[in-house]
Amino acid sequence: MRWLIGVIVALNAFGGAAVRAESGVGAIGDTKRGASIFRKCKGCHQVGQGAKNRVGPHLNGIFGRKAAAVDGFFYSKGIRRAASDGLVWDLERLDAYLENPKALVSGTRMSFPGLKDAHDRADVLAYLRRFSDKPSDIPEAAPTARLQEVELSPETLALVGDPEYGEYLSAECTTCHQRDGSDEGIPSITHWPAGDFVVAMHAYKRKIRPHPVMQMMAGRLDDEEIAALAAYFENVE
Amino acid sequence: MTLDRRSFIGKGAAIAAASLGAPMVMAAGGKPRVVIVGGGAGGATAARYIAKGSKGEIDVTLVEPTRKYYTCFFSNLYLGGFRELSSIGHTYGKLAADYGINVVHDWAVGIDRDAKTVTLAGGDVLPYDRLVLSPGIDFVDGAVPGWDISAQNAMPHAYKAGSQSELLKAQINAMPQGGTYVMVAPPNPFRCPPGPYERVSMVAHALKASNPTAKIIIADPKPKFSKMALFQEGWGNHYDGMIDWIGQDFGGDNVKVDPGAMTVDIDGEVVKADVCNVIPAMKAGRICELAGVNDGNWAPVSGHTMQSRIDENIYVLGDACSQGDMPKSGFSANSQAKVAAMAIRGALTDSKVFPAKFSNTCWSLLGTDDGVKVGATYQATDEKIAKVDGFISKTGEGGDLRKATYEESIGWYAGIISDMFG
Repeated sequence: MRWLIGVIVALNAFGGAAVRAESGVGAIGDTKRGASIFRKCKGCHQVGQGAKNRVGPHLNGIFGRKAAAVDGFFYSKGIRRAASDGLVWDLERLDAYLENPKALVSGTRMSFPGLKDAHDRADVLAYLRRFSDKPSDIPEAAPTARLQEVELSPETLALVGDPEYGEYLSAECTTCHQRDGSDEGIPSITHWPAGDFVVAMHAYKRKIRPHPVMQMMAGRLDDEEIAALAAYFENVE
Repeated sequence: MTLDRRSFIGKGAAIAAASLGAPMVMAAGGKPRVVIVGGGAGGATAARYIAKGSKGEIDVTLVEPTRKYYTCFFSNLYLGGFRELSSIGHTYGKLAADYGINVVHDWAVGIDRDAKTVTLAGGDVLPYDRLVLSPGIDFVDGAVPGWDISAQNAMPHAYKAGSQSELLKAQINAMPQGGTYVMVAPPNPFRCPPGPYERVSMVAHALKASNPTAKIIIADPKPKFSKMALFQEGWGNHYDGMIDWIGQDFGGDNVKVDPGAMTVDIDGEVVKADVCNVIPAMKAGRICELAGVNDGNWAPVSGHTMQSRIDENIYVLGDACSQGDMPKSGFSANSQAKVAAMAIRGALTDSKVFPAKFSNTCWSLLGTDDGVKVGATYQATDEKIAKVDGFISKTGEGGDLRKATYEESIGWYAGIISDMFG
């Protein structure tokens, strides 16, 4: 764990008082500012009365909803897989998804670079939460009223892995994931940008991504090992 | 453990000279030699990883009697009608052509640990610097009274895949309507802990379509078994009333069979069987006994390297070894083979050696699109391979998840096959 600096980000609301009054447990973010940031999302997603599926599914009732659950929307294979692995859109997962969609769900069609600023994400989520059932219950339903996110430190993200070590470690991966990149039942893990690989593995390690085998496999890899695997698989022949 | 390369090259050359006329002894050109006995999940993986990693620096010979290897894993799916037999048969052509492995189709019948040679049934003698034994299992003589290997046609075990699997399937297909299938399950430890119970699920699946009034009886010497709750729930969901499990508490450990009369005596009650699938108690493949590396029925190994605790030049993989907490499975053998390959390369060449890591996952199919799994990760301690963390499917899981689990197992099969055979 020498490379890892766990940063607990307790999200502060800009207009916290109003939301706090609404939810009773603490603010997620500033709904007004969130509505303005949501303009970035509107090209693909509708929310509110009469919202329909567009490029992306409508977002009414998103909190607490199982992934890939809106009727009549054709979801990517990636998000359907995540759903069958048990992905449910709670605050923590939505936040992780907004930060980098492809880190949470490999193969998602949501081609959005992500909101890197935690405050921006909190505000958008505070806004979206207003369109979910019983929004005041949601923070209690899942213990997520205050987001506790362990961020990857710049040192972790900058860590350059040893591909030779990665090749040895990869033997565990390739019992299931095929080295030639084919994906029949089990996703391909070859030629990912190393950064995406690292983020995805840490998401499993922290049990944000839902798959139990991957949580277990990632759970015992340290930062150096994850970086080594990322380096190996990025350029695997 | 250090190796004086000069001394073993000299010795190897002398042995090669002494066995002139033995065509399988390669002129190794001074390269260190590894002989691997057994071309399954352990042996084929070890051969490929040693050859691939050493890039020609190590001479690798793989001894496997069958030209086409049928995997035991997924052979139950063949019984259930989910796979063709041909889809679980694999050949060694790529290992020879793409990895330069000397594949010898013969039986290893003797090992001289002092001379460091393996003798084959055909008479050839293979010298080695390191020997890998991955022979799988054989059956304990007299384990099920009334049954021996000469009865395996009347009462197949089908616990080595191939012709035995075909025979069992043919017998299931020929069962009279309302007939009885009896399984005599093995005691611990044995190959593939969920295997007998997945098999029962698959047999039930096949019978449900062709012979819905048929019955399945399992006589089991154990009080419980792998993924028991998941199997029992699945049997209730898919094959309600068809399967009777008689555990140790009800006399499942007191069984004798009569292959001539096709009867099974379970704790004094004689059952007439239309098919009787006897899976006897198991031990390491016989070559381990011949090599003198067994302690009891299995060959003890160090978890750090998979080296035999009796001979450090011998590595034992998979079902045949006793190592600690890992189940005897193809996945485990594959995982252990990679650790052994690394240790052997490290001992014979200058390649890097990293700490041993192991993992295992066993998927089982209960019915159409109803897959479950159990798995764990392991690390080596001085005493054994010790479990670190694990998971198991839960009862009551949704259909989507079970389907995804089944699809995952198909992906795993493709993955491990390409990991073994290239």
